Amino acid sequence: MESTIPQPSAETDGGHMTFVDALAWIFTASHWFGDPGRSTSPAIFQRLIETLQLCGVSVLIACVIAVPLGILIGHSGRGRTAAILVSNVARALPTLGLLSILILLIAVNAVPVVVVLVILGIPPMLAGVYAGFESVNRDTIDAARATGFREWQIITRIEIPLSAGLLVGGLRSTALQIVATSTVAAYFLPIGLGAYLANGIASRDDVQLVAGAILVTALCLLVDGVLAIVQRLVAPRGSSRGATDSATPKNRSRGVRRPTRGSHPIQEGMQS
Amino acid sequence: MDWGWIGRNLDQMWSQALEHAALSTLPIVIGFLISVPLGYWASRSTAARSILFVLGNIVYTIPAIALIVFVPVTLGLAVLDPRNLVVALTLYAIALMVRAASDAFAAVPHDVTGSATAVGFSGIQRFFAVDLPLAGPVLLAGVRVVSVSTVSLVSVGALTGIDNLGMLFTDAFRNDNFPEAVAGIVAVLIIAAVFDIVLSLIGRLLMPWNRRSPSRVLRPTVAI
Repeated sequence: MESTIPQPSAETDGGHMTFVDALAWIFTASHWFGDPGRSTSPAIFQRLIETLQLCGVSVLIACVIAVPLGILIGHSGRGRTAAILVSNVARALPTLGLLSILILLIAVNAVPVVVVLVILGIPPMLAGVYAGFESVNRDTIDAARATGFREWQIITRIEIPLSAGLLVGGLRSTALQIVATSTVAAYFLPIGLGAYLANGIASRDDVQLVAGAILVTALCLLVDGVLAIVQRLVAPRGSSRGATDSATPKNRSRGVRRPTRGSHPIQEGMQS
Repeated sequence: MDWGWIGRNLDQMWSQALEHAALSTLPIVIGFLISVPLGYWASRSTAARSILFVLGNIVYTIPAIALIVFVPVTLGLAVLDPRNLVVALTLYAIALMVRAASDAFAAVPHDVTGSATAVGFSGIQRFFAVDLPLAGPVLLAGVRVVSVSTVSLVSVGALTGIDNLGMLFTDAFRNDNFPEAVAGIVAVLIIAAVFDIVLSLIGRLLMPWNRRSPSRVLRPTVAI
């Protein structure tokens, strides 16, 4: 960002002031825990909890659906084309449209919001799981099978540990997708940190608007950073570690690779 | 439910669709033009790759609506200015595309580029005559991903009052008008499909060799 270049324009000055004002707004204690005297709007702390609850439930449901499905696809190698097709269609669907349709169909409450968050959260997790499974060296799996491992033992003791980095990579993308989408959902249903953005737009309150944008960005960067560390910790040495650079970039086709091509175990994560 | 609403408002939807298409085209084109040199640089320098990928990751982590708010505050534009949306979506496009471009250029075989240099191609000649055509199919795959996600993201701009098909969603919610929301989704999907078809046609025109032997070309399967 080139915001530091000094310009004499009054507008640019206003912009700088808004950033400063927004930070001042965020670092006001009464905005975090509410002012018992006058309760105009929920405090930051309460909104943060709302976001974490909404997104936590959605991530959980998305994982419950996507992980077994991804294991099935990744282990058998079947249904991959269909999964990519569905993921691409999900990417093309406008978030705002999906939210408005489901809210109009169901009700103005958290249920349709969770449904949308789950729908958008499934594809990255699914891709993470089957990409992870496909990154496991086929020779290792054949060796395990020859040694007498049963199929579920291959899954739980070979494929899951070896692809742990990419599995967490999928979780990372899913969590980010869901947190980011929840901020848009606040336009329809004022819950969570996104409500500051929605309120700021509705009441033309630039300070609240920018403060909300800073808060949701900070949350996303935090979630991403924490899961990036987890991703590094869970990946066994020499296996798929997510964002680590591989020596042969042609193998790093954005996280997904056909199992038939080569057996180089290093792969990049799903989160770009 | 008043499905007739769609027929009565086709004119308004058409103008919003044009607006939507225009707002999507700029980030895709500008993003591509900026990403190709950056991606080439990233494919040749490990340091550049690390820096660009980390920056791209950070940009990509910022929620769309927050990025749309940061742009005017940083550039000193009005919050409702459509340029905010174009700048924000261009940043997303670059974040996605630099990675694809870097992979595309890195996948060009070194013996081919080495031969080109040996035959006497200068650096710039080699880039346009050898690297760019050979990276073409992967670049095209990257642009198609950028295109689909940009067309979908433009609708978020409606939240800050930027007129496009996204307005149908906010209006539908305000007026409890279900058919309007359905029409909006269908219209956005149609635009995304048209863009995708146009891009693949451009790809066929520019890279006729790619059509005959698609199986031999290095095509990354781009998922999410």
